[in-house]
Amino acid sequence: MSGEKMLLLGVTLLLLAAAGADPSGSAASLRGPLHASAPPLRLLPQPVPEYGAPGVASARSAAEATVGTGKEEREAAEQQHHGGGYRVVQWEWSYVQTPYIIAIWLLVASVAKILFHFSQRFTTVVPESCMLILLGLVLGGVVLLASKKQLYQLDPSLFFLFLLPTIVGDAGYFMPARLFFDNLGAILTYAVVGTLWNAFCTGFCLYAAKLLGIIDEQVKADLMDFLLFGALISAVDPVAVLAVFEEVHINEMLFIIVFGESLLNDAVTVVLYKVYISFVEVGVENVQTADYFKGVASFLIVSIGGTLVGLVFAVILGFITRFTKKVRIIEPLFVFLMVYLAYLTAELFSLSAILSMTFCGIGANKYVEANISQKSRTTVKYTMKTLASIAETIIFIFLGISAVDKSKWAWDTGLVSCTLVFIFVFRAAGVVGQTWVLNRFRLVPLDKIDQVVMSYGGLRGAVAFALVVLLDGERVKAKDYFVATTIVVVFFTVMFQGLTIKPLVKWLKVPRSTNSKPTINEEIHERAFDHILTAVEDIAGLQGYHHWRDKWEQFDKNYLSKLLLRKSVYRKSELWEAYQKINIRDAISVIDQGGNVLTSARLSLPSMASRASFPEVTNVTNYLRENGSGVCLDLQVIDNVSGSKVEEDMETHHVLAGNLYKPRRRYQSHYSRHFMPLGEKERQDREVFQRNMRSRMETFKSTRHKRHKKERSLKKVRTHILVLKNKM
Amino acid sequence: MGSSSSSLNNVPDGQQLMQETGFSAAHLLRLYERFKFLDKDNRGHLRSEDFEAVPELSENPIGDRIVGAFFLPGQETVDFSSFVRVLAHFRPTEKNRTRAGAQPDPANSRNRKLKFAFRLYDQDRDGKISRIELLQVLREMLGMQVTEEQLQSIADRAIQEADLDKDDAISFDEFRKSLEKVNIDHKMSIRFLE
Repeated sequence: MSGEKMLLLGVTLLLLAAAGADPSGSAASLRGPLHASAPPLRLLPQPVPEYGAPGVASARSAAEATVGTGKEEREAAEQQHHGGGYRVVQWEWSYVQTPYIIAIWLLVASVAKILFHFSQRFTTVVPESCMLILLGLVLGGVVLLASKKQLYQLDPSLFFLFLLPTIVGDAGYFMPARLFFDNLGAILTYAVVGTLWNAFCTGFCLYAAKLLGIIDEQVKADLMDFLLFGALISAVDPVAVLAVFEEVHINEMLFIIVFGESLLNDAVTVVLYKVYISFVEVGVENVQTADYFKGVASFLIVSIGGTLVGLVFAVILGFITRFTKKVRIIEPLFVFLMVYLAYLTAELFSLSAILSMTFCGIGANKYVEANISQKSRTTVKYTMKTLASIAETIIFIFLGISAVDKSKWAWDTGLVSCTLVFIFVFRAAGVVGQTWVLNRFRLVPLDKIDQVVMSYGGLRGAVAFALVVLLDGERVKAKDYFVATTIVVVFFTVMFQGLTIKPLVKWLKVPRSTNSKPTINEEIHERAFDHILTAVEDIAGLQGYHHWRDKWEQFDKNYLSKLLLRKSVYRKSELWEAYQKINIRDAISVIDQGGNVLTSARLSLPSMASRASFPEVTNVTNYLRENGSGVCLDLQVIDNVSGSKVEEDMETHHVLAGNLYKPRRRYQSHYSRHFMPLGEKERQDREVFQRNMRSRMETFKSTRHKRHKKERSLKKVRTHILVLKNKM
Repeated sequence: MGSSSSSLNNVPDGQQLMQETGFSAAHLLRLYERFKFLDKDNRGHLRSEDFEAVPELSENPIGDRIVGAFFLPGQETVDFSSFVRVLAHFRPTEKNRTRAGAQPDPANSRNRKLKFAFRLYDQDRDGKISRIELLQVLREMLGMQVTEEQLQSIADRAIQEADLDKDDAISFDEFRKSLEKVNIDHKMSIRFLE
């Protein structure tokens, strides 16, 4: 129960912090909605001349002056304090304002997450996104009470330029490419056909509801407005899907279909939104048939163009990472930059930015992961995950906060209830219809349970909210009603559906994700199956999926990989790399368990599915010594050793360091921003591992069949001779 | 179904094959067309040379093993029924649906698919994949890309992972167990288009 108490205490503290964090009256960077037509990047607010920036700081804030202040204000501020004499300590609020506020918000969000996890009971039932929204509601209420007006809101340009790309970039880069392309047909169908179906049906039915009088007269919207609203509310949202589904752990195929749909429907949403906005601006009467065709053409251009932009950036990124051997420290930077630039470039040309970023990530992943160093891989992975997590947290908190601002929305029961009903009904109908068609073409049909999960998993989220806030209130008179409805819909899907999806999944006995690491057998046999299926397709004369996959693999091997992979990497085989990874993983887990190859600890390698534990090994070192092996078994060469041996070593080191004469040491400072210990060591480590693993295997085999030890070694020699014979 | 069943009469043992393998009439017809196409000299059966004429097959690392699977032991030719029976292994599995008159253990069941794959590895048909056989397959698949030592390591580890009764070979049950997490329906099925 103390978990809940901590939770309450923490929340109270947070509220106080939040209430104190907003300086009275000064502009916050996360301010009200900006119009889509002119989003200048006004993140830096005008420096308020209350607390001027005297002395040294004025030189720096002079640079900031280009963003906002006019010259007169600055001079006035300087004049104000010029006659005051020297101040020992000053309140430099306006100078640090923006970054400070951003940092405080990030801190509030992150501490909130820590507090949530204190209560174990809570976290298993309530998904994080729910709690964050609730927290946002509470914080919004506090801020409202404290300063009588709403200072913070989810700013669309902040959302689209910074928060969304972080999440989508992370998702796209780590997307399991094989699974994605295996199910691409289904994903595309749901994304395009499904979204169009949802959008049109919802729009038309809402209009019908208005005509029937269910929706109040005050909602001044006609067909175009409703279609526009339908378009933006019907898209499944990647942020929400990720947030909810990552706690549910359904099987990967289902997840990839829903998540892939949420990513790929961006093109449809973007086009529909833009088309309808222009129709609304022009007026319904002036819309010509040519405009409809332009809409269709626009869809093709936006989607294919976005994909191409992403792929171009993927190729560039792969190519760049080929040459980063000497600048390993900035390797992760290239990854982030290129993926982000793919997003921004697509936005620049008003193509689908999400598609661009997704395909950039998917395309580049294979080559980048092969080219960059292990440390860079870790850095990229963790940085992306951290940033994505932060972005997600901020989005949900601000969704909560924005909801509290009553001035921005207007409530109409008819509209809200109709919308909720319609999006459910049409989602379910759409899924069922499309699945029926798809199952005729799929290898593994989607059964009823899958369809239920897919319909239920059609969550709406922050993208819809940002889009509705971007609407022009002058043109779309019913904007406030739409905003309220969107808030309700988003809250409902994220909170209610988020809460209930876990029990639903359990009740329906949906196959869960196995979450097991691949074994070497699986890797070998899956590759063999690929070859088998390709051969069978060739024999049967079918130009099927595997045929084209194989053709792609050939093209990749002969041209793409040569271009994008480093020479040293190019020659390695994927199966060998997979084997290496498995080995390293095993070794690291042995050490994490506190074991050490030199001791006679019981070793249970996790990837050996059928093993409970190995028989005891009596002194590997002795065995090796007897056999004349000169292998170095010092596992300290791994960087991330954390075990008792390290502490022992450190103690010894301290004792020695304290008592020995210290000559002046000339050593390379490891605090260098320009290079890290080079690949030489990594290569050595890897060799050591290989030898380790092999010798360990020998040991285990020998202890089990001590009697047949001699026979085995003879057999090995015989095998070697056979091999040699075959070679000749 | 009038026209298709009449042309099905051209297919030797058409009806019986449909029953046995679960292929539809249209699929069977298409496969018969393909069979006749491969059978360049119009003998009514296929020899290994006919298979080698298939262009992409030569690039497939385990292509000759797969071709070998079509030939029943001791036979030099493949007639249409054997051709179809082998291909029937790759039909997608039907979930929870039993066709009227379907076999109790249809060719495309998960077990049969796995057995087919197993036989590709186990060339000497002794019911076990020995270390040497595994090494051979690995060598074919990886070829020039890895050294002999690396191949040995991989084979060692594979056997160690899967070998439960410690006989240094992988029996069919061990093979099946090592693949229990893999979606065989997906990985060992192809779409036979109309």
